[in-house]
Amino acid sequence: MMDHIYRPETLTIHAGQIPDKATGARALPIYQTTSFVFDSADHAASLFNLQTFGNVYSRLSNPTVAALEERVAALEGGRAGLASASGMASEAMVLMTLLQQGDHVVAAGALYGGSVSLLAVNLAKMGITTTFVDARKPEAFAAAIQPSTRAVFAESLGNPSLTVMDIAAVADVAHAHGLPLVIDNTVPSPFLCNPIQFGADIVVHSATKYLAGHGTTLGGVIVESGKFPWGNGKFPGMTEPSAGYHGVKFFETFGDFAFCMRARMETLRVYGAALSPMAAWQILQGTETLHVRMERHCSNARKVAEFLKNHKRVAWVNYPGLAEHPDHALVQKQMRQVDGEPGASGLLAFGVKGGLQAGVRFIEAAQFMSHLANIGDTRTLIIHPASTTHRQLDEAQQVAAGVLPDMVRMSVGIEHIDDILWDIDQALERSA
Amino acid sequence: MNNDISALLRILRDYRTIAIVGLSAEWSRPSFFVAKYLQGFGYRIIPVNPRYAATGTPILGETCYASLTEIPVPVDMVDVFRKAEDVLPIAREAISIGAKCLWQQLGVVNLEADALAREAGLDSVFNRCVKIEHARLKGGLNWAGINTGVISAKRQG
Repeated sequence: MMDHIYRPETLTIHAGQIPDKATGARALPIYQTTSFVFDSADHAASLFNLQTFGNVYSRLSNPTVAALEERVAALEGGRAGLASASGMASEAMVLMTLLQQGDHVVAAGALYGGSVSLLAVNLAKMGITTTFVDARKPEAFAAAIQPSTRAVFAESLGNPSLTVMDIAAVADVAHAHGLPLVIDNTVPSPFLCNPIQFGADIVVHSATKYLAGHGTTLGGVIVESGKFPWGNGKFPGMTEPSAGYHGVKFFETFGDFAFCMRARMETLRVYGAALSPMAAWQILQGTETLHVRMERHCSNARKVAEFLKNHKRVAWVNYPGLAEHPDHALVQKQMRQVDGEPGASGLLAFGVKGGLQAGVRFIEAAQFMSHLANIGDTRTLIIHPASTTHRQLDEAQQVAAGVLPDMVRMSVGIEHIDDILWDIDQALERSA
Repeated sequence: MNNDISALLRILRDYRTIAIVGLSAEWSRPSFFVAKYLQGFGYRIIPVNPRYAATGTPILGETCYASLTEIPVPVDMVDVFRKAEDVLPIAREAISIGAKCLWQQLGVVNLEADALAREAGLDSVFNRCVKIEHARLKGGLNWAGINTGVISAKRQG
């Protein structure tokens, strides 16, 4: 008998959580504990040696956190997941596991500002260098690869550049050089896009955004495809005895979930960026409505983009869901349909006529649209990236990250569309 | 190959005596992980490895045999930790001793052996780990955020 294939709308609610073995509780219990008892000295030894699967300490694993890890892994069509305290923590877990001093990364230029800082500043301090390339040019990724390159990093849908990358084309480049493709899939969420389906090897999420969905809780999750050939000679940390964990050979021992096990036991265990059980539970409440929310985010954002396009006080609109967006064909290829249109998520950017000052006036004139540095909330959010999220970058880095001086980024919420359009219109009128 | 959830659950429920071909006595080897885990869940494991049989070294308290045909008790499952090219003669022996399942471990794929076992009426699984599948289906593997594929409104265990 073939196993039934469940749809994403069911996985958002069920994956990773079956009724509690001890109590029968249907909703997920919050295992708010730091530690777990050992049955015996031998049981303790087996757990530490990873011979028996089980919990030891919540910095390594926790049943409530594990439910989130499995749910996101299932939604992404991956083999395993690993949660940590924020999206940035998850990104750091991936890169700190993959890379060591002297290694090199090829990354898309149009990245979230925090990711640029991690690569260009923090990892550079440790002797890990990064070449940033145009996300729209797969050949630029190929040209930037060096003998010391060990990872290719990009976003499925750039924040805030709204560049959509051809995942399959860049995956082909990475794989031709024996490298894993790491994709930040935060903006589409796993409901709208599954990068593994197009060849990505590791997916990173800021679960703070659409997965949690309500602007309440920080968290991050990584997912591995289970398909990358870690034994290709470039990743001795995956194949040789681990200096960081009892001499375990991770790839040989854990096979297609070896990367997450190594990130858990070597990296998360030591850096300590664990997700709290309470936070995992709150994020899981969000995931149960992910599919319903994403459909509304997409349809509202499309209507907002159309409205802005025709507004006399708007200089330009950037929304991948518009047919004229340069990456629209990729949106059609890589993203789920919502109401017969490609679901391009809820993020858009536009220029207010009058430049930087008019943009600032627009933001300050908003009635219920919130001026803050987050995306993926139920509420509509607006921000001026050049003076906030990306201010730590110089102007050349800002432009490389897709940030223009007059640009307003909007994360369209799930309020009534007429109210959103009303607030935009009145704020634009007052921006003049 | 029997790789769907219902077949794997039946195999893990019914086959309690497992000969592990290529079992190592080194604690850090994957085969030792698997054997120790299975013992912990009440399975009888029978080591098969000529290296340890020659010196009479027991593994995990069990006598080690040089080959499947030397095992004096009925064997339900033959779990293979050997290179793919070595599996075919092991499959023939598994059939000859009346085993009910040939299981080729994660990374071990010999399609000829798989076909031979199935033709002889054995269950056959390949490129899977007994420990991982047991933990996936019996509720241990979700400890580590593995995508178990299990969706259910019933308690697991």
